[in-house]
Amino acid sequence: MSARADLRRVVRAYPTLLRVGLAEAVAYRAEMLVWMLTTTMPLVSLALWSAVAETAPVGRFTQRGFAAYFLATLLVRQLTGSWLVWELNQEIRSGTLSRRLLRPIHPLITYSAQNLAAIPLRFAMTLPAAVVWLVVLEPGAFPRSPLALGAGLLAILGAWLINFFTMALIGSIAFYLESSTAIFDLWMVAFMLLSGYLVPLELFPAALRGVIHALPFRYVIAFPVEIFTGTLRGEAIVGELGIQWAYVLGAGAAAILAFRSGVKRFSAFGG
Amino acid sequence: MSSPLAVEVRALSKTYEVHERPPGLAAALRSVFRRKYKTIHAVSDLSFTVEPGERVGFLGPNGAGKTTTLKMLAGLLHPTAGEARIAGYVPRRREAAFLKSITLVMGQKQQLLWDLPPADTFTMNRAIYEVSDADFAETLGELTELLDLGAIMKKPTRQLSLGERMKCELAAALLHRPQLLFLDEPTIGLDVAMQLTVREFIRQYNERRGATVLLTSHYMDDVASLCPRVVVIDQGRLRYDGDLPSLVRSIQPDKRVALRFSGSADREAVARAGTIVDFDAAHAVIQIPRVDLREAVGHLLGLSFVADLTIEDPPLEEVMRELFSASKPAEADADAGTQADSA
Repeated sequence: MSARADLRRVVRAYPTLLRVGLAEAVAYRAEMLVWMLTTTMPLVSLALWSAVAETAPVGRFTQRGFAAYFLATLLVRQLTGSWLVWELNQEIRSGTLSRRLLRPIHPLITYSAQNLAAIPLRFAMTLPAAVVWLVVLEPGAFPRSPLALGAGLLAILGAWLINFFTMALIGSIAFYLESSTAIFDLWMVAFMLLSGYLVPLELFPAALRGVIHALPFRYVIAFPVEIFTGTLRGEAIVGELGIQWAYVLGAGAAAILAFRSGVKRFSAFGG
Repeated sequence: MSSPLAVEVRALSKTYEVHERPPGLAAALRSVFRRKYKTIHAVSDLSFTVEPGERVGFLGPNGAGKTTTLKMLAGLLHPTAGEARIAGYVPRRREAAFLKSITLVMGQKQQLLWDLPPADTFTMNRAIYEVSDADFAETLGELTELLDLGAIMKKPTRQLSLGERMKCELAAALLHRPQLLFLDEPTIGLDVAMQLTVREFIRQYNERRGATVLLTSHYMDDVASLCPRVVVIDQGRLRYDGDLPSLVRSIQPDKRVALRFSGSADREAVARAGTIVDFDAAHAVIQIPRVDLREAVGHLLGLSFVADLTIEDPPLEEVMRELFSASKPAEADADAGTQADSA
């Protein structure tokens, strides 16, 4: 069967996969709410940095500036997070990946639909933060122009894809090692420090910023946040979108190859 | 040229490297620096073929390699050596057309979405397998009637009983009308009535759709009633391929005669007909060599206290136990079955 037929099947099946994924997300809503509470680190950062900025701004950040930055960070994180590594790791170890491998659709496609389907619910749950950000802190900041809005949405999609593919890549390590979650922990440490999740990247020493801009972490948090908070404009957005999508393609290719080669080693024990 | 074989397996082998260490902290620490691996030959040099529409029972003790073989045939595992073809497809390539033509039902695993009603899994499978609306409605109607799914399709899967879940599993696995069914313990844990329902359903699906069925089951009744042909493997190797009665005859050449008594029975008189397996005031079971059967039955029917007499084969479980405990391969009828080691 040709690649075109495969693609046609995916396009036709995807809306149903999303619908079923949303039904699953609704079934797990309480668990998801608890899980979302564990990703509220930007609010902790907000409290800390607000205290620091009480007497004088830090760089260009006033207390209000920090509030806008970290609320936007919280929203971007909710919209772009992926937890695939846990699921993939568990399904490889327990053998339950078998049920996905038996279907005539790539398992990463079904995982992606499950991930995406949960986003409306996650967005609804973070709506209060979005309202505070848009109405109280930065009224009129969003959307500034259709182009900026389009670039912001593209950056959000790119951030989600980098996260998703990276989680698929790290999760696929479970085909080779007994567990891949330790490697995920390493990724998370680097993510926390270098993505702008806990500290705005502008506050890093100038000498480090070049390195940070070349690493992928910035493109999953700071880059979309800076577009939506108006820090990044015009050509700078276009240039960084190029870097972000290069990472998307690189992470996508690596994830697909790692998964494909891992499946050859799959033992399907117990599954 | 006729259509390709449903299953064609040539010298198929699968080995695993398994990390091995004794229990305890010291052993755990040692294994950090020096890991010991053991090679497990799950399947060795296995060859057999299955014609389209056949129902074949796959028998063997635990760990014989049955499930590993089914998983290789379904494209889940890559063989270490040898080749398998399913209706002309190479399973390990997992082409979409191949995956659409098969199904694998594992009695101990599920494909139903746990927190959603089975109807949602059916809808998802319809989209993934590109089943047209008309075919979906027709097949679901058929399955609903055969398996009596009506009331249970809309309850969350987690609230269904094991039997209800298995019926829905079968429906989800067959909505795309596969031509080849790999069934791994499909009746495990089910009560006798549900086993019969599932068994009858599999037979009807096979007859209605002309589908090929490869079945493993610990319940010998499943195999005996569904599969005219059995493939027996032990320690990953083929031990027997042929019909079940021939296998039973070759392993256990005696017949069992069950007697029901009316009045006081004379044990010695009964014992003259054969070896007593079981004896009490109301019943007895005797084992009699096939060649002596006619004479022995005549003798038993002549006994005034014998009210009823039934001739049976020995229980299949017993035959299998004997087959697998024997150190050398069984001598099955050469014309009916093929002994792997002599083939």
